Amino acid sequence: MDFREFDELASHREAACAWVEAHVRPEWVEEQRRSGTHQTAELHTLLARDGILAADWAPEYGGSGVDPGFARAVFDELGRRGLACDGWSTTSMVLRTIEHVGTEEQKREYLPAALRGDRLIALGYSEPDSGSDVAAAKTTAVRDGDEWVINGQKMFTSTAQLCSHVFVLARTDPNVPKHKGLSMFLVPTDSAGYDIQPIHTLGGQRTNATFYADVRVPDSARLGGVDGGWGVMHVALVHERSASSPGSDGGSLVRDLAAWARTARRPDGTTVLDDPLAAERIGRMAVDEEVTRLLALRNRWRAQKGDLPGVEGSMWKLFATEAAQRHSSNILDILGPEGVLAPDAAGAPAGGRFEEGFRAAVVGTIYGGTSEILREIIAERHLGLPRNR
Amino acid sequence: MDLDFTDDQTALRDTLRTFFGKESSTAAVRAAEPLGFDAALWRKVVDLGLAAIAVPEHLGGGGAGFVELAIAAECLGQSLAPVPLIEAAVANDLLASLSDAGSSSSGARDARLESLTARAVAGELLATLALRPATGDLARLVPAGAVADLVAVLRGDELLLLRQPDRGPATPGGAVHNLGALPLADCPVDTEHALVLARGPAAVRAYRRALSRWELLTGAALFGLGSKALGIGVDYVMQRKAFGVLIGTFQTIQHRLADNAIALDGARLLAYEAAWAQDENLPTADTSATMAFLFAAETAFKTASEVLHFHGGYGYTLEYDIQLYFRRAKAWSLVAGDSRAAYARLAHHVFGTAQAQAPAPAPAPAERAG
Repeated sequence: MDFREFDELASHREAACAWVEAHVRPEWVEEQRRSGTHQTAELHTLLARDGILAADWAPEYGGSGVDPGFARAVFDELGRRGLACDGWSTTSMVLRTIEHVGTEEQKREYLPAALRGDRLIALGYSEPDSGSDVAAAKTTAVRDGDEWVINGQKMFTSTAQLCSHVFVLARTDPNVPKHKGLSMFLVPTDSAGYDIQPIHTLGGQRTNATFYADVRVPDSARLGGVDGGWGVMHVALVHERSASSPGSDGGSLVRDLAAWARTARRPDGTTVLDDPLAAERIGRMAVDEEVTRLLALRNRWRAQKGDLPGVEGSMWKLFATEAAQRHSSNILDILGPEGVLAPDAAGAPAGGRFEEGFRAAVVGTIYGGTSEILREIIAERHLGLPRNR
Repeated sequence: MDLDFTDDQTALRDTLRTFFGKESSTAAVRAAEPLGFDAALWRKVVDLGLAAIAVPEHLGGGGAGFVELAIAAECLGQSLAPVPLIEAAVANDLLASLSDAGSSSSGARDARLESLTARAVAGELLATLALRPATGDLARLVPAGAVADLVAVLRGDELLLLRQPDRGPATPGGAVHNLGALPLADCPVDTEHALVLARGPAAVRAYRRALSRWELLTGAALFGLGSKALGIGVDYVMQRKAFGVLIGTFQTIQHRLADNAIALDGARLLAYEAAWAQDENLPTADTSATMAFLFAAETAFKTASEVLHFHGGYGYTLEYDIQLYFRRAKAWSLVAGDSRAAYARLAHHVFGTAQAQAPAPAPAPAERAG
């Protein structure tokens, strides 16, 4: 056994850091936080210009030949500095899906443009009446000659305000079991009949509702077979799961809290860490964080061996997000009354990051498979218990 | 990175799973209660060399490491084997390292220590470790204290090796009836018959090291216990019907079992990481061991108590085996003290400044003068 992880990006980190140092403006972090849009257009243009977006792609589709390790190290470094590229994350998932199931024409239409930075694609899966049960989508696509006419509404179409397309899951046959009558479409956001409304969230992030009223797209906008949408979406989901960046520990609120607790003093002059009530909870959080790290390490170990992402991925996601919620709540408790202070309040501990983290942690157990769906997967596939729905 | 066992380790696990499964059936576990010690099984464990597998070969041991010991502890935990393998392995390791250090330093050889170490490693004597420093003339509730010939204990800043002439595997004595059916006993600290193994900071260091090794191995055993309890739970909910259906189809039961399954995977990873860290002599080895212990303790107890609950009224009866797991899940960890205090100490070890770390016992006056 060997629990040491070789940092395969080590040789790229210095160059990646230098690139980020040379190009990133610190105010972008603040801008993302203020606007709730976790994608920065200026940054995206630079990533495209220097071939970082196109690092891991074949030259015939616009691949840049830039070392993919360098590109991953750049995204890793951006993440460390608090800069998100959510719009690119969803886009690259869809691009990989196009690579796998698209026609040659579709690859030539979408891949080079996106790798040049001219396309961003949002995910249009969830609807007002369907989230976890995503196959229950009611949005319809009806064939009309060489076109499809799309009607319906999508929820949580994050970063769609910057996107050229939405990857829409739509019902193409209402008369078959729900999984068998779905198809996927790349819907341009400049289509007539398309509309968007912002939705603001507890964690500060902006997402959207998007509306489709007789939106017409050509048949060439359909990705995968007619009524084959469920399978296409699964290809995209595999890429969602494997997208988790190796080696990135996402920063640690617990470590930050401990740093605060070591120096912050109670009215009687003792440090917060001297308080056994606080220390006990900090110790517990440290153990949880190590478990989270090890479960993630195991996923990367499996991937390295070439195993398919399996039930272990669900285990990590469930444990990590529930632990993060426990921690963010405990942290505010340990801070005491000052825990309520928001980022813009004077005297907020750590500039209000703990308070913000508390609000943001809520979504962890909801997106990308709710805790309940994940428990079901683990019960069925890992413990062999019967399917109950 | 390699999270798999070697082929040898896999073979060891398969062998020991079969061995403990056969030799420590729940009937045997029940028969060994209330003392919690099966002398015949202990003989077999000694004959397999398990209590000395991590002792270097030149001292008569197996020359393997803590990953192998953790494998043995896991298998012991699964079958609730009533033998003090963990305590003996840790004490043997402690004696071997002190004896080895003595023989390699200039002329500080201690023939008595070397002889006792050799006999413990050979399995002629059963050695154990007191998990808390002695208070006055007594080491309280020492695991395996009722069946051990030798007890290593810290008193002040002296690490002592007590001889228990009237106790041993063949002549249990001083056992106290307890929740986990453990051969616990108070051990008198009779300095006349005690050997001083080490003094001052070296004694405290050696003792701490031994404690953290006990923690990691007990963590592995608790993982084994918990994984078996989960297996019992899955089997039970797939047999028992209520309202005309298997209770294993109920979502609330499925979800709670799923949570325990995840936590057990975490406990396993922590335990083997801690074992690996000991073998690699990493600076994080001690905190890693404490994490493995605390998390496994909590996970094993939660799993065993929930599975007991899923048994309904039968879980409350002595007839069903789950109560054997439930009692030990609590007792095996509690003998080391309240876990919440341990979590607080852990926070200081992981995040505290040097001076904020758990205070070492004050040196004895003589040591200070010297």
